[in-house]
Amino acid sequence: MSILSLQNVVKNYHNHTAVDNVSFDVPKGSVFGLLGPNGAGKTSLIRIITTITMADSGQVLLDGEPINFNHPSQIGYMPEERGLYKKMKVGEQLLYLAQLKGMPHKEAKQKLYSWMEKFDIISWWDKKVEELSKGMQQKIQFIATVVHDPKLLILDEPFSGLDPINTNLIKDEIDQLNKGGTSIIFSTHRMEQVEEVCENIILINNGKKVLDGNVAQIKIDHKENLFKVEFDNSILNIEDLNNFEILSSQHDGIEVKLNAGMKPNDLLGSLINKGAEINSFNEVLPSINDIFISRVGESQE
Amino acid sequence: MNKLWLIIQREYLTRVKKKSFILVTLLTPLGFGLLMFVSGYLASNSMNSKKRIVVVDESGILDNEELSNSQFDFDISTLPLNEIDTSYAKLGYDLLLNVPAISDLSSTKHNVDFYSKEKLSLVALQQIEGKMSRSLKAYKISKSDIDQETIDQLEMNVTLANAVTSDLEGDKSDKVSIGVASALSYLMGFLMYMVIFIYGSMVMRSVMEEKINRIVEVMISSVRPFQLMLGKITGVGLVAMTQLFIWMILLFGIMVVFSSTMAPDPNLAAGGMGEAGEMLAGISAQSDMTDLLRGIKSLNWLLIIPSFVMFFLGGYFIYSSLFAAVGSAMGDDLGEGQQLMMPILIPVIIAISLVFPVLNNPNGNLAIFGSMFPLFSPILMPARLPFDPPVWQVILSMVILFASVVFMIWFAGRIYRVGILMYGKKVSFKEIGRWLFVKN
Repeated sequence: MSILSLQNVVKNYHNHTAVDNVSFDVPKGSVFGLLGPNGAGKTSLIRIITTITMADSGQVLLDGEPINFNHPSQIGYMPEERGLYKKMKVGEQLLYLAQLKGMPHKEAKQKLYSWMEKFDIISWWDKKVEELSKGMQQKIQFIATVVHDPKLLILDEPFSGLDPINTNLIKDEIDQLNKGGTSIIFSTHRMEQVEEVCENIILINNGKKVLDGNVAQIKIDHKENLFKVEFDNSILNIEDLNNFEILSSQHDGIEVKLNAGMKPNDLLGSLINKGAEINSFNEVLPSINDIFISRVGESQE
Repeated sequence: MNKLWLIIQREYLTRVKKKSFILVTLLTPLGFGLLMFVSGYLASNSMNSKKRIVVVDESGILDNEELSNSQFDFDISTLPLNEIDTSYAKLGYDLLLNVPAISDLSSTKHNVDFYSKEKLSLVALQQIEGKMSRSLKAYKISKSDIDQETIDQLEMNVTLANAVTSDLEGDKSDKVSIGVASALSYLMGFLMYMVIFIYGSMVMRSVMEEKINRIVEVMISSVRPFQLMLGKITGVGLVAMTQLFIWMILLFGIMVVFSSTMAPDPNLAAGGMGEAGEMLAGISAQSDMTDLLRGIKSLNWLLIIPSFVMFFLGGYFIYSSLFAAVGSAMGDDLGEGQQLMMPILIPVIIAISLVFPVLNNPNGNLAIFGSMFPLFSPILMPARLPFDPPVWQVILSMVILFASVVFMIWFAGRIYRVGILMYGKKVSFKEIGRWLFVKN
């Protein structure tokens, strides 16, 4: 069952197509990565999901229902460009945003208190936002995003501008929410940041889907039979291994690409025959970044 | 709709609770009152300080008793001009006049020289000229064959009095009530002008702030852009009404205090009015005041007050939604926004410059058409109201205005929803025109 399902979504702007026939599914309770370089169309997609704009064609289903203006209360969205009313007090502001998500005043207040206690920032309640540091404001923004217990949480570059301690803090909270059943979409151009967190991803470029699916499966599909073998390289003449394509050779081992039809055991066998003392043997899977680059054929940052 | 209410509440409360709002709201009328007190005090003070004038009277016709009054103390000099022209200040005089002898009785011009240490005010000069003219005229009369009585009988004073009584058809206003109506017209026209700019630009700034702060993206993931815009306009509108209401009450209070502490002393008032005051000697200040009150009472307040409130609301909404649209289209750069402001500035400026022609002929064609056009009517119709425009015109103008308000809010909303998400691009009118037709 999908919490979110996009089918053939198209969004045109005046002189370009921001989203070009994109379809994907976000499984309920999963952590999903929306990946792509800057300007790929991630924000356009998110704006469609959050009902900020509407798709020109195609369908968006939230929990099986076509998306409508009642849905924002079930979605929590933290935009990449954070924004709060600078002159407003933290407590007032959070209450206001929570109430706009449809929470009753009393419930919102209780929830906010418990969140602020959790982050140990209850003393900020009466402070103005402009008095807080950027990192502090991020925490406030995060609370504003999750206070109404959204079914679906959309975080656009959630860790940009956060120090490592706060990054971990927010990561832990996201983890907690996910364990509690919240589905999460991470949108980022920092692909390495999410590959360990996300079960499923979609890669988009120039508004088009490049690939999507389960991260582990994608990696297996894109593996190039690369293996890393660690052994004491100094006592061995690897030039004798002419059956294999050796990509790199260090003093503590080598990276090898196996040609079609060859098994890892063949490589290990020949190394052992040469008298190598094997320390470790691993398959090298490509990173999402590598896969993206190879699929799109252009370099990313 | 609950969300709209929340937005209105926030927009209203955050502004009204601001220290700067409270200060401006309370201090503006106080400052105004202070200004009134100070200028009143200074005026009465300058009236109290008599000017001492010494006259070298070569004509020998002047009488110091007759010339002196509460403002001027005249003395006829016993010394000739060449002896007193250097020493009059030392003798305690402010002014020295030299009245040459009258050689030709048929001449209607006479030059009187004056010497003064300080610059004289125009009013003082005119008053002294008047006094001299009257004295010389009396002298010429006494030298002629005509006696003063005949001259007095030649005077004619025409007063236009309105003869329409309660059982006759027609307009019943007289000169005073027309004067009061004109004053009220200006007041209401300019008040609308101020309201449009002060509170309209408040809306615009607030829209820009949300856009630049990027809070807007968070907001419109919870509410519709249209709700946000309408909530903001309504909230600021309530702020405007609150502020104007408090100002009205405070100003009224200050006026009451002012008029009771500075009770007009008829003599003083007459002196203040100078020549006019002396001419009006017969009419006491008291009857002047009742005339004014009668003028105020003669206006059709039952039409004016509710209509003004309606035009105030219509004018505020039609222009503030335009300001909101412009604010949404602006980037961080206020400079480039100047160009976008033109469509707002031009109609307001045309409307305010039409106030004078409309007042000259408050029921003429220009007035009628001007007060129907919805971008002008919030300024021109209130200006016409004191002149009893036909009720059907007021109602028609209101209907047109409110239909246009609905259209303008819709129109501004189309621009706003696209504009607030546009960053980093210089926006042209052509681009904005395209936004109107962009699908959501």
